[in-house]
Amino acid sequence: MIVQSLDIGLAALVLTLAGWTILARATFPAVVSYVAYGLLLSLIWVRLFAVDVALTEAAIGGGVTGVLLIGAASRLRKTAASGTERELAALWRWAIAALCTLATLALGAVVLLLPDPSPTLAPRAMANIAATGLGNPVTAVLIAYRAFDTMLEKCVLVLAVVGVWSLAPDRYWGGAPGVPRALTPDATLTFFAQLLPPLGILIGIRIFWIGADEPGGAFQGGAILAAMWMIIMMARLADAPAIDQRWLRIALGAGPIVFVGVGILGFAAAGGFLNYPAGFAKPVIIFVEIFMTLSIAATLPMLVAGPPIRAPRP
Amino acid sequence: MNAATLAGLTGAILVGVGVYGFIIHSEPLRRILAFNVLGSGIFLLFGIIARRGAVAAIAADPVPQALVITGIVVAFAATALAVALLVRLSGEDGHQAPHRDSAASSRRWSG
Repeated sequence: MIVQSLDIGLAALVLTLAGWTILARATFPAVVSYVAYGLLLSLIWVRLFAVDVALTEAAIGGGVTGVLLIGAASRLRKTAASGTERELAALWRWAIAALCTLATLALGAVVLLLPDPSPTLAPRAMANIAATGLGNPVTAVLIAYRAFDTMLEKCVLVLAVVGVWSLAPDRYWGGAPGVPRALTPDATLTFFAQLLPPLGILIGIRIFWIGADEPGGAFQGGAILAAMWMIIMMARLADAPAIDQRWLRIALGAGPIVFVGVGILGFAAAGGFLNYPAGFAKPVIIFVEIFMTLSIAATLPMLVAGPPIRAPRP
Repeated sequence: MNAATLAGLTGAILVGVGVYGFIIHSEPLRRILAFNVLGSGIFLLFGIIARRGAVAAIAADPVPQALVITGIVVAFAATALAVALLVRLSGEDGHQAPHRDSAASSRRWSG
């Protein structure tokens, strides 16, 4: 009974924050509301017993997206672009609200009328998990059964960085991007940026490592490592790297390149793209995941930092 | 009502709220926010399907969970690209912004 009222309270809180994100007059409060929303949403994922998703949602959906959007909102606050909001006629707004309510009601009906027993791939995922050497079925789906999706997703991340960088004006190409950061060093931020990274790097690597058997993995661990790099740059303890740095490009590309390379080696070793040799699957999976974690840790801060804003050093 | 159904209904409402915000706002950053609310609502609908697919050994079907994890990362990549385009378009980076037909776009909704 108590648990149920907590569930209802949590859902009400999440919906209120979502409503505030949409309805707030000013952009900045809407963004702040969205960050809180993302963090609370991860609690709902815990209640769905999807701890891997909860970790990803808290780290990427709430944390990293939050930094990105707050940075964008404060950059745009200075310009006319934030003054482009126009009021719709009340009639239009009501009509749109009615249509959206209909969509919600239809989806709600689907939720209530889902077939029972529900179709599930869980037994098949568990039946073959011994062949992967993993204990966490979600990691098994990500890196073994549906490795192709995960490989393409790594490529999407690199393409997103290419897309962001290609927005750089010519004269800044090869320069450093502008991480959102305090104008002057801030004592509290500097303190935390010195205190957190040693712990955070350990936690990130640990979450990556236990991901084979427990909730965690390359995404979640990589996102924590990315957060540590971001807090160091935001506190001005280190500068953002110039985008033509070779080590940066290797770190960004390592995940997808190693993944595709292991996939092609699968032809020789196990007779098919992304096939892992029998009895040797787990070492191969861990090898791929190490480079994936590295790439995620490099890609997320670069996506947050945006295109270069400074001319390259001669 | 159990926690899974409640989460599914929350997801359904979030989809409605997200679509509403996406249509009524004209400011691009607000649309990006609404797009993300809409996306997280759809992810929650995957969540109830995962939870209902529980079997004795595991509490939720891992396949929809893996899809959602991939989805969250791709949604972040799309958001980052959209924000970069938006900042560039606003000319905040001190560079000449590309030409925008602001008269035409504001006329569309004023009636």
